[in-house]
Amino acid sequence: MKISTLRYSFKQGFINIRRNLLFSLASIGTIIACLFLFGVFYSVVLNMKHEVKMIEDSLTVTVFFEKGLDEQRIMDIGNEIKAIANVDTINYVSSDVAWKNYVNDVYNGDMNYVQNIFGSDNPLEDASSYEITLKDISLQEDTVKAIKAIPNVRKVNSSEGTAKSLNSINLFVGYASLGLILILLFVSMFLISNTITIGISVRKEEIAIMKLIGAKDSFVRTPFLVEGVMIGVIGSVIPIALLYFMYDGVVDYLTEHYNVVANLIHFVSTEEVIKGITPIALLLGIGIGFFASLLTTHKHLHV
Amino acid sequence: MIVVDHVTMKYPTGKKALDDVTFHINKGEFVFIVGSSGSGKTTLIKLLLKELTPTQGEITVEGKAYSKLKRREIPMLRRKLGVVFQDFRLLKDRTVFENVAFAQQVIEKPMKEIRREVPAMLTMVGLADQYKQYPRELSGGEQQRVAIARAMINRPDIILADEPTGDLDPKNSEEIMTLLEEINKKGTTVVVVTHNREIVDQMKKRVIRLKKGQIISDVKEGGYRYED
Repeated sequence: MKISTLRYSFKQGFINIRRNLLFSLASIGTIIACLFLFGVFYSVVLNMKHEVKMIEDSLTVTVFFEKGLDEQRIMDIGNEIKAIANVDTINYVSSDVAWKNYVNDVYNGDMNYVQNIFGSDNPLEDASSYEITLKDISLQEDTVKAIKAIPNVRKVNSSEGTAKSLNSINLFVGYASLGLILILLFVSMFLISNTITIGISVRKEEIAIMKLIGAKDSFVRTPFLVEGVMIGVIGSVIPIALLYFMYDGVVDYLTEHYNVVANLIHFVSTEEVIKGITPIALLLGIGIGFFASLLTTHKHLHV
Repeated sequence: MIVVDHVTMKYPTGKKALDDVTFHINKGEFVFIVGSSGSGKTTLIKLLLKELTPTQGEITVEGKAYSKLKRREIPMLRRKLGVVFQDFRLLKDRTVFENVAFAQQVIEKPMKEIRREVPAMLTMVGLADQYKQYPRELSGGEQQRVAIARAMINRPDIILADEPTGDLDPKNSEEIMTLLEEINKKGTTVVVVTHNREIVDQMKKRVIRLKKGQIISDVKEGGYRYED
């Protein structure tokens, strides 16, 4: 396509938007609303995923051994566990450390009180263990099975219920996002298609003349594609900007006014949210605009 | 140049607009196609512009058979045909200059050439001074001149004029026909569909007369009065 034609198409695209200002604004407004909602949802999802990831990272699997194993065998078991693909980190907790942790947790670290009861004995003498974190919590069950299969492993403690709940939350969030995106795509495309159809009907005479004096389909179609894409771009830039300015405010408000929220949730930064949503929103906006125009012009431009 | 070979056009409603029509038009000819309303004149123009496809028969222009044309080749065909309508079909929101330039923008001519060629064409049709005016500010005759300038700007081999004087008074009609005759003298083939008896009689050109979709006469230097 020649530069002069491109310039013409852009000019006509803008003229189309201006000529059907009300319908164009309605389309832009709908995309803004859709993508803003999507942005809000995305922020919530991102924060949920962040929270879930933090919980996942804190979930450990504890491996206990049979009584009386020598240090070499315990190290070998450690190496066998490390060799399992889903194992992220492995940390040896000796019986002394386990007892200290127990005293800290149960007796608030009061060693004098404990020594009065237990003397210098370590009731957890046979409770040395490996604490393991996993790369993918959804594979916990298989990983635990693999660890249990290692000889001399007596017991494996894992929080199966928590892992399953987290998995189902992740799945739900995934499906809900997909469903929402599909609905928004459909609504936006329908509205842009209407705007383009009105634009075409307003310019019907001009299009007919164009065709009769030898305009190629692409020449007739491009201004409408430009119009659709511009509606998409405007409709996606504004909600990104809104989100950028509103996110911090909302987070500050929530953490200042609701202590529970501040203690429970670790919010991701504005930059992270914007970095994630910008390409998706732009792609959605431009894609919706382009394909809605393409389909509509294809349907209506046969002269 | 133009070959219409046993063309029949039947609309989906069952109405037969043209029935086994055959004629040849040579390069550089000036031809009137006449007939009363419903004789098939407009259908013939639409077929020549490839707006419609005949039910039977073949149309060939400059050796290109319409039935073998692919969709993407139609714009190229139409660039060889300049078209003038009874109601001018100018873009009301654009000036005289922009209306003529539009035909060149459509075929993606560079702006530099457009700026050079449009004033020359407006001079030819006698509207050089009115390039800034909008169609609503012009008389019917002037609007038709703009339409002719638009049809001619890309130097087509053929001009198809569908009732070009239909909306004009006798004086303006005569001026428009004189302009078309001048264009024809420079080598462009001109086909005029009309029912303007005076003009046809006066110009003494070839006249193809249609009645109920059939050619009833084809006279070399004919007139309206000779056919009834």
